[in-house]
Amino acid sequence: MQILTLLGLFSACFLANSINIENSAGQFFSSGHTNNWAVLVCTSRFWFNYRHVANTLSVYRSVKRLGIPDSHIVLMLADDMACNHRNPKPATVFSHKNMELNVYGDDVEVDYRGYEVTVENFLRVLTGRLPPSTPRSKRLLSDDRSNILIYLTGHGGNGFLKFQDSEEISNVELADAFEQMWQKRRYNELLFIIDTCQGASMYERFYSPNIMALASSQVGEDSLSHQPDLAIGVHLMDRYTFYMLEFLEDIHPASKTNMNDLFKVCPKSQCVSTPGHRTDLFLRDPGSVLITDFFGSVRKVELTMDAINLTDPIKQMEENPVNGEEQKEVYSYADQLPVSEIIHQFSPGRFHY
Amino acid sequence: MAAHRCSCWSWLLILFSLSVFVVADIHETTPVNDHHGGVDHNAQTAEQTADQPAVEERRWEATEVKEAATVDAAADIQGTSAPETVVPSSVPQPKDDFQEELVIRPLHSGDIYASFQFRTLWDTDFMRENKVSHYRLFPKSLGQVISKFSVRELHISFTQGYWRTMQWGQPFIPSPPGAELWVWFQDSVTDVDATWKELTNVLSGIFCASLNFIDSTNTVQPSASFKPLGLGNVTDHSFLRYATLPREIVCTENLTPWKKLLPCGSKVNVPPFTCAFFFLKKRGTSMPSVSVLSFLLTMFSEQAGLAVLLKSEKLFHSSFHSQAVHIRSVCQDWQCKTTSWELRQTLNSVFDLHNSGQTKREWSLFKMFSRTLTEACPLASSSKLYIDITDNPQGEQFELSPATSLLSQAVVLGDRRTFSVYDLTQETTFGTVRSLNLLIRWKSNEGEMLRPLLHAERYVAGYGLQTGEIHTLMYNNHPYRSFPVLLLDSVPWYLRLYIHTLSVTSKGKDNKPSYIHYEPSKDRVKPHLLEMLIQLPPNSVTEVTVQFERALLKWTEYPPDPNHGFYVGSSVISSLVPSTVAMHTNSTRERPLFSSFFPCKEESSYFVRIYTEPLLVNLPTPDFSMPYNVICLTCTVVAVGYGSLYNLLTRSFQIEEPNPGLAKRIANVIRRMRGVPPL
Repeated sequence: MQILTLLGLFSACFLANSINIENSAGQFFSSGHTNNWAVLVCTSRFWFNYRHVANTLSVYRSVKRLGIPDSHIVLMLADDMACNHRNPKPATVFSHKNMELNVYGDDVEVDYRGYEVTVENFLRVLTGRLPPSTPRSKRLLSDDRSNILIYLTGHGGNGFLKFQDSEEISNVELADAFEQMWQKRRYNELLFIIDTCQGASMYERFYSPNIMALASSQVGEDSLSHQPDLAIGVHLMDRYTFYMLEFLEDIHPASKTNMNDLFKVCPKSQCVSTPGHRTDLFLRDPGSVLITDFFGSVRKVELTMDAINLTDPIKQMEENPVNGEEQKEVYSYADQLPVSEIIHQFSPGRFHY
Repeated sequence: MAAHRCSCWSWLLILFSLSVFVVADIHETTPVNDHHGGVDHNAQTAEQTADQPAVEERRWEATEVKEAATVDAAADIQGTSAPETVVPSSVPQPKDDFQEELVIRPLHSGDIYASFQFRTLWDTDFMRENKVSHYRLFPKSLGQVISKFSVRELHISFTQGYWRTMQWGQPFIPSPPGAELWVWFQDSVTDVDATWKELTNVLSGIFCASLNFIDSTNTVQPSASFKPLGLGNVTDHSFLRYATLPREIVCTENLTPWKKLLPCGSKVNVPPFTCAFFFLKKRGTSMPSVSVLSFLLTMFSEQAGLAVLLKSEKLFHSSFHSQAVHIRSVCQDWQCKTTSWELRQTLNSVFDLHNSGQTKREWSLFKMFSRTLTEACPLASSSKLYIDITDNPQGEQFELSPATSLLSQAVVLGDRRTFSVYDLTQETTFGTVRSLNLLIRWKSNEGEMLRPLLHAERYVAGYGLQTGEIHTLMYNNHPYRSFPVLLLDSVPWYLRLYIHTLSVTSKGKDNKPSYIHYEPSKDRVKPHLLEMLIQLPPNSVTEVTVQFERALLKWTEYPPDPNHGFYVGSSVISSLVPSTVAMHTNSTRERPLFSSFFPCKEESSYFVRIYTEPLLVNLPTPDFSMPYNVICLTCTVVAVGYGSLYNLLTRSFQIEEPNPGLAKRIANVIRRMRGVPPL
């Protein structure tokens, strides 16, 4: 009898557990993505735009801290602020006054820098139409299970964003690029964040599904900077990204903070501008979308009880040491400046007096 | 519900921990080609060899004998560890070897020059049919580049700042400001230009640099400069490509991938799985995600050996910073019948006394790098710190603490130099505090530096934005010997050289070059290439001048900041400078790394390469706001001129009732309120 009850208890417990496992397994894969990518772009050149580089690097720092590896981050910085000659502390970019937080770090990897940051390159990265010899670190190798975070900052106006003070991308071009990404199945869900003047105008024209967009200011509003530093001599950050960084610093890989909390970041009292967001294209409820769905790379681990037989270790090809025997010429170093040889050498483009 | 979830997690945890222990067990029982195993061996033998010459007084380092001993020891280790490897092959694994060294040279100005060299040797052949798949010390990313692109030699450098030869002397390995890349391809390559283009793209990804800007407009094919530094007799210059990007910035993002190529760039202290397990157990509720694991891995990893000193905040706070990668083939042994691949990573820095905000003339490892040394790289067969004390034989210039009894002499750049040596593989080097913070304290400000025998400078003369003249000055400071130099100039196409104005004069007389190779430029396709072999008379200045015209670019060809100017890469001057002491011509002998880079053919002279300043030239730049101005002006003219005329023509004029006075208007308002008709 006792055994029976014990058995019953045990089985009940087991049943509950298994149901539970199924529940949590369902939660595991509810977000529908298997990998995370980030494209972080600063479009401004020149030292006085220090804050835009700091903006981008602070987002870079956050996504890297939350687990997206460098290979999945495409970082574009239009100018070199860290080793700029006007930077009193080389190899640093600070986001806080009194040099408190160095967002540049000691192991940054910038993929596109300087003159490489152009509208063409940005659109090519998004749509994947790059020359065949482009290295992997400069590609957005996402698929239809990828959640992509796209962050842009720079100087903009109603319906455009300037790149390096010499060209601009319009909101229509951007919307079309996202549509092409959708048609080429390059994303599962996309989070677009822009910190620029009249930022809301940049997401107005989006029409592709599964895009959530945030902007630092409404049409007709300027985005404002924050934190001037006397030693560095420029503003260190923009208000919106500053408060977003503050918000992101509290996020850890297991935190349950959702997108609705992100929408509340930087109210008008702090930002001076009115941050905007757009969720009508997004199919899920923002309240159920975790911050780490885009800013982090939280992978689920499945454990298996079954033994898996690995195949035999790969055997190295047997080498026949024949070539070692026949090749017995003695090597020597080349003469670095063979004067007589150079004088008498025939060259097709030889210049005559 | 919550309790259930907890139990579920605990089940998961237990499973996970079990698997961890299983993995750990496997690790313990079979040291499967374990690096650490080899390391211990290495360290032990190094200690043994180090213990042998335990003499207390100042003594000279017997370089050859000792190095030979360590090589033998390394061979022994290879022999003993061979059966432990899992790969069941009859052939022994290709031997590899890693050495690191740091040379510190105190400069007369009170600045300090630090030069790192890391060398990985690997007795393998990347070019044979079956792919090399097992990498140990050699970085895989570079190995794949070598085999995919059939590279024979690759030299790449990133430099910030200009090396001041007259103040600092010659560097151990020279480099021009910006990025420089030169590659010798194997003669099996059919389309060299296409391979070169692909290679630059790949390297730009590896080193996070804009090397993809290297194209036909800045690539040249030198006909006599840049002979291969490695082994091989083929010198068909059609397999050589050379390019510089003088504007390339160098910062942490270039240092990070460079450091990752080092075997000791990162090291794991604590077995990561166990600590991950404890971490998870402590957190309890958190799930065992990969990100947490990777986070832990990065948290507990750190560098070892000389690589700990490579902190970007200090390295870039300097007057000069240069990092380079050199790949070539070298002799395996003294017979030189077999070759091995050499990867040499160098990093040079000059720290400025005043820039670092010091008042005293005093330097320490901590002041330079904000780190001290605590151990050698466990994978290194040799790990040494050299201090150049040639100008300080009796300690009258500066003093070193802790003092070392080990001295070494080396012939480097035509001069016999004396070095204090700190062997990091010995425990005694680190003393009781188990950390080496070398201190160099100056005693006097006197002392003159020996003037370098060769140096060069370059500038643009002329005014206006139409023409100009490039002046290159080469100084031979030798009192009675003349020597040959080979000058290489690569000038972008938008400076159109007037080659008929080329003149070479020394001591007021025409100096006819014995060899001139000139390839004219082609607009938007290729740059000018000018190579000249000039004999520099003793104690003289040789001036090379050539006039040029500035081209007008198309408006889309201007960069976003055209008023900054356009850079012209450094001239390269290769020379055989007379040596004051006999150079070692036997290239296979074991020598310190810093003195064994350029192979030497004759005893009386040594090869040196120097670079001039890059030029910054203004081109005629259109006013990019002109279209905007024109639009504004036209609009104003149209609005004011045409608009008023149009107004005049179309408006119908009517006589307007005179405006009622204020009193009348108020009266009307009151009347309206009363309901009476207005006035």
